Parts: sequence; structure tokens; C-alpha cells
Amino acid sequence: MEFMTLHDFTFWTKGMAYVGMGLGLMAFVAFWLFLTDRDEDRFADKEEE
Amino acid sequence: MSHHTTPTKSFWTPANIITAVILLIGLVLTVKRFTMGIASVSNLSDDNPWGIWIGFDLLCGVALAAGGYTTSAAVYLFGMKQYHSAVRPAITTAFLGYAFVVFALMYDLGRYYRLPYPLTIYPGPTSFLFEVGLCVALYLTVLAIEFSPAVWEALRWKKIRHLVHGLTLILTIFGVILSTLHQSSLGALYLIAPSKLHPLWYSPYLAMFFFVSSIPAGLSMVIFEGGLSHKYLHHKMDETHLAESSGVTLGFAKAASVVLFAYFILKWIGVALGNNWSLLFTGWGAWFLFELIGFVLVPCLMYAVAAREKNEKLAFWASIVTVLGIVLNRLNISLVAFNWQLPLESRYVPAWEEIMITVFIVTLEITVLRFCLHKLPILHEHPEFKGAH
Repeated sequence: MEFMTLHDFTFWTKGMAYVGMGLGLMAFVAFWLFLTDRDEDRFADKEEE
Repeated sequence: MSHHTTPTKSFWTPANIITAVILLIGLVLTVKRFTMGIASVSNLSDDNPWGIWIGFDLLCGVALAAGGYTTSAAVYLFGMKQYHSAVRPAITTAFLGYAFVVFALMYDLGRYYRLPYPLTIYPGPTSFLFEVGLCVALYLTVLAIEFSPAVWEALRWKKIRHLVHGLTLILTIFGVILSTLHQSSLGALYLIAPSKLHPLWYSPYLAMFFFVSSIPAGLSMVIFEGGLSHKYLHHKMDETHLAESSGVTLGFAKAASVVLFAYFILKWIGVALGNNWSLLFTGWGAWFLFELIGFVLVPCLMYAVAAREKNEKLAFWASIVTVLGIVLNRLNISLVAFNWQLPLESRYVPAWEEIMITVFIVTLEITVLRFCLHKLPILHEHPEFKGAH
């Protein structure tokens, strides 16, 4: 991709970075659910009480 | 501590013989270095002034000693008391790590006897190197004080031990601040060389990459050393350390997986901000992907599965991969991808003496660590100070 101005370059790269952050955050939620899926529920006893 | 009676072993075990040989060669090379100059033992030059003594001994040494601030922050700042037994081994490793970083620096500095100059005679407060020097000097002092209770307990000096123990919280806060500053500044040192460092490794966010990656590096070293201690120094550990070791491994594995995942995403954002996508399809790109996938994503997933399945062995192997990954990353930035445009004959290749001195320093550090773990109350509580932590 060719850029004619610094604005073009910044617009493109920042845009890609924001898309990356969005995808990263969504992936992180999935990763966190995978990581903590089998953790014991520390509040389970309190809810039963 | 379990009191097994171990049969008396000969001092000259294969491991000790290899250690003695390495130390002997290292001492000879040390004499050569300090009597005949740097050029007699290295390929360093004005064109390539930083070699493996900086790339490995310093950059990797500081990153891998990050277990001290991560563990003490987790326990004393975030109140995770279940990891308390990991604090003293982590502080010991960090203290020795930083002490040997400074020791290794003596070999690399042309006028090593001027090491205190930046702090006393010629301060350069606008330089990142000045900040690194100041922080390392202060943090080494903090670590020495944090480590000292083990010595006071062994000497049974109760008053000074009590005094130093009272400083724990303030020292931890000070240690975290100093670590945040110099871990990131080590990366920031390379901001001055955007034309020398390959674009895939160069980023305006190098400082952040160095700091973020130091966290899993430190956590992995705690897991790695915990695993080794559990295997080889089992008899030195008391009930508390043995009971908490599993929780420490799995808890740190979970934390390391989260930070590695964040680091993986941040590295891609770095590629996006530099618009370096096309470089990924070159030979350098393949090497970059090898580092990023093989030594960041893979250990991240290994840690995640280990924490999920409560698999300590997998966490131990993940710690090895992570440590190797940190070493690879620091060497890539300081040596491999540095001056990447130069023809091969102009590139720096370490002399065998440089490699041997590095091996000597690492061996010496391990020997001192072994001595400390055997002689000081690090993996167990001193009988006279039980519950005084």
C-alpha cells in the first residue's frame, strides 16, 4: 500500500491498530473464559447460604 | 523442614568438576581481560561496541531477575499471601541476578573503575543509560536490603532483622517503581537506533514491550527455579514451602499466560503501527514469527492449559520455553536484528572468550545461588523466626 502523505500513513496504521485492539480484546475475553473455565466458584457457598 | 539423613557424598561429583573447570577457565580469561584489555578477549569494536555481554548478561539478566518485583508486588501490594513462600527465593534470585549484571558490566566497560562516575562526577540526566544505571544501582541496594533478613536470621541478629522486616512494604513499593523504570528504559535504549534495528523489532513502543515481557520472564524464572528446588532441594524445604509450591506454580502460570497473551497482542499492534505487514513474508519475517509464535503464543497456551488442567509439569516446561523466548527476544534486538543491513563480514560475531566469560559468570551465579540455598533460611523458615514474616 502506498501512502502519499503522512496523514494517509497515520490514518491507515492507526486504523489497523484500532482494529487489532478490538480483535485483541474480543480474543482476550475468549482466552479468559478458557483459562478460568474450571476454576472453583469462590462465591458458590455464600450464594447457597 | 524434613530431616532426612543423606549419605555423605564426595565433593567431586561430575557437576562440581564441570563447574570447577568452567570457573578455572573463567578466572584465567578474567585475568587476561583486566590485564591486556577488552580487545584481547572480545570482537567488540567502535562499530560494534555492544556484544553478548550486554545482549545476554545485561538485557537477559535484568529481564530474568524480574521475579523479585513481580513476586513481592503480588504478596505485599496485592495481598496474595498464598504466594508468600515464593518471595524469599525470588528475592534471592533477583538480588544475585542484578549483582551479577553489575559484575558482568565490569568486563564490558573500558574503564570499569569509572562505573560510579555517572552517579557522582558526570551525571547525564537526559540519557536513558543514566536512568538505567541509576535505577539498577538503587534497585540493587533495595534488593540487598530485602535479601538481608535471611543473613540476619542465619546470624541470629534479631534486632536488625526486625528493623529490616519493618521496611518490607516501602522497599516493595520502591522496588516496583524502580523496576518499572529500568526494565522499560533498557528497551528505550534502542529507540536511538531506528535505522540500525530491523523494523519488525524496532518500535516506538520498545520500552513497553521490554517492561511487559519482563513480567512473564520473572514469573517463569520463579516457576522454573521452584520446580528445580522441589526436585533437587526437596530436603531443604519445610512443610509450608512444600504445601504452597503447587499453588505458586499454578497461580504464576495463570498470571504468566495472561501477560503473555497481552504481550502477543501488543506485538501485533506494534507491527500494525509500523505498517510492517509486508516484511512478514521475508526471511526476517519468518524469524520474527518463529519468535512470536514459538516463544510467546506457544508458552502462553501451555501455561493456560497447565493452569486449567492443574498440570505443574506442563507449567514447568512452559517456563523453560518462556525463558528461552525472552533470551531470544533480547538477543534478536541487541545482536541478530541489529545492524541487519550490514554485510555478514561486517557483522559482530562473539569471540569464544566472550562466550566463555558469559558461561563463567552464569556458572558463578548458579554456584553462589546453590550456596545461599544450602546455607541460608530461604526454602525454609529459621526455627527461631517461625511465623515472623
